[in-house]
Amino acid sequence: MPQYAALIYNADVDWTRPEFADVMKEYGEFGQVAAAVIRGGAALYQTGTATTVRVQGGKGGDVLTTDGPYAETKEALTGFYLFECADLDEAVKWAAQIPGSWDGAVEVRPVIDFGSQGG
Amino acid sequence: MTDGPARAVLVRLVRDEGRRVLATLVRQLGDLPLAEDAVQDAVLRALETWPRDGVPEQPRAWLTLTARRRAIDLLRREAVRPGKEALAVVPEDPPPPEIVRDDLLRLIFVCCHPALAHETQVALALRTLCGLSVAEVGQALLVPEETMAKRLTRARQKIAKAAIPYRVPDDHELPDRLRGVLATVYLLFTEGYDPVGEVRPTLVEEAVRLTRLLRELMPGEASVLGLLALELLTDSRREARRDTAGLPVLLADQDRSRWRRDLIEEGVLLVGEGLRRSPDRPDPYVVQAAIAACHALAPTWADTDWAAVVSWYDVLVEVEDTPVVRLNRAAALAERDGPAAGLAAVDAVAGLERYPLRHAARAELLGRLGDHAAAHAAYDAALALPQDPTQAAQLRRRRDRATGPTGG
Repeated sequence: MPQYAALIYNADVDWTRPEFADVMKEYGEFGQVAAAVIRGGAALYQTGTATTVRVQGGKGGDVLTTDGPYAETKEALTGFYLFECADLDEAVKWAAQIPGSWDGAVEVRPVIDFGSQGG
Repeated sequence: MTDGPARAVLVRLVRDEGRRVLATLVRQLGDLPLAEDAVQDAVLRALETWPRDGVPEQPRAWLTLTARRRAIDLLRREAVRPGKEALAVVPEDPPPPEIVRDDLLRLIFVCCHPALAHETQVALALRTLCGLSVAEVGQALLVPEETMAKRLTRARQKIAKAAIPYRVPDDHELPDRLRGVLATVYLLFTEGYDPVGEVRPTLVEEAVRLTRLLRELMPGEASVLGLLALELLTDSRREARRDTAGLPVLLADQDRSRWRRDLIEEGVLLVGEGLRRSPDRPDPYVVQAAIAACHALAPTWADTDWAAVVSWYDVLVEVEDTPVVRLNRAAALAERDGPAAGLAAVDAVAGLERYPLRHAARAELLGRLGDHAAAHAAYDAALALPQDPTQAAQLRRRRDRATGPTGG
């Protein structure tokens, strides 16, 4: 069965703060309802905690770090799930139940299965 | 090989049968690009050999066998599946009609899947559902062939990689998904039947053909009947809608003897059937077709049953409330109740300040009320907005005719 990454984009805030307890409860509920298709996932701290890494001159070169996310956007990547579903319709159905899609957007991307790419 | 009507009939037969063969082969192979390559090959062979050797007794069986042979060749070449397994995947005989029907519906719902952009759906409809070549799709949609080829390849990749399902939607999602399919087909039609630009007959004809196919596949669907009626009634005016200079002619001024009676007759019957099939909640396409039928049946603009037209617009506002629908309702109201009532109704429509035809409608009604200076200003307001040059030329002509080039 194909797998899909559901990338959640919404407000760039600290989801651990008490005022987001309700949202976290909704995520908890989603985790239970969707347990059969969830293969992994994580919530991320704010983009203010991000460090972007580049190696200058390719492999083995100087490691260059910058403070902040790779791309500054209004809505930030705040978390993701990995789903295993029969098809895109099913993946979209689950994505629409992620709380982040109600006040932001969820990008559904098929995951490459290198096992079946050979030959 | 000769061109001409015989050739056109042959091409049509090969395309219609080819689409059925393709729909089945996609299901059997689970691979749209592979099935398309195989059927394309069979279609080319048919176009090459049938004019010389005659059309086989069972064209579909011939195409099925040829496409199957080609698919097995391609599978072997890719070495993904051993030959024997490939042979087992693709049966030799075409399936019975009810299976072909489901296969065709599945193919239609894949090509019009909401996860694909509208322009992609339109391109896929022409290529995959209508069987046009990539070059022909590009020509029809005014996109260079190379760009079109890339767009189609991207679309097929998305269908495969994102696993867009090859199935007919469940009952509970069918109304929504069917609306999406019809919107795509209607987009195809309106692209071809641009009210101001050139008519592109290929698009109009393929859209009508696809709608007829949908009607065959889903005979009881009011929205399909409505869309077909709307297309036929609109297309019945094709010959009358432009003057010798190529400018669009308003419905009021069209030479009604040039309207196609056969299309009007069929369209009117379809409206009746569509209304019978949707007694509880009228379908927007059926209602739009009913309005088109009122015009089609009127001997002249003045003799139009404006009370009926306004009533249909009232129904349309109920089921599809958009500013443009309200503007058209206001224009019909002006014919029923006079220009002052019409002008008040036009002014009550919000959200169309940047829509040239709203200002043109005001100009027309102001002119009828005798306020030529205001009419001239309203035409100028319409012309100040960005729009198609043909429409602008027509508006300038209306302005000059109504108020003189220098105004009131």
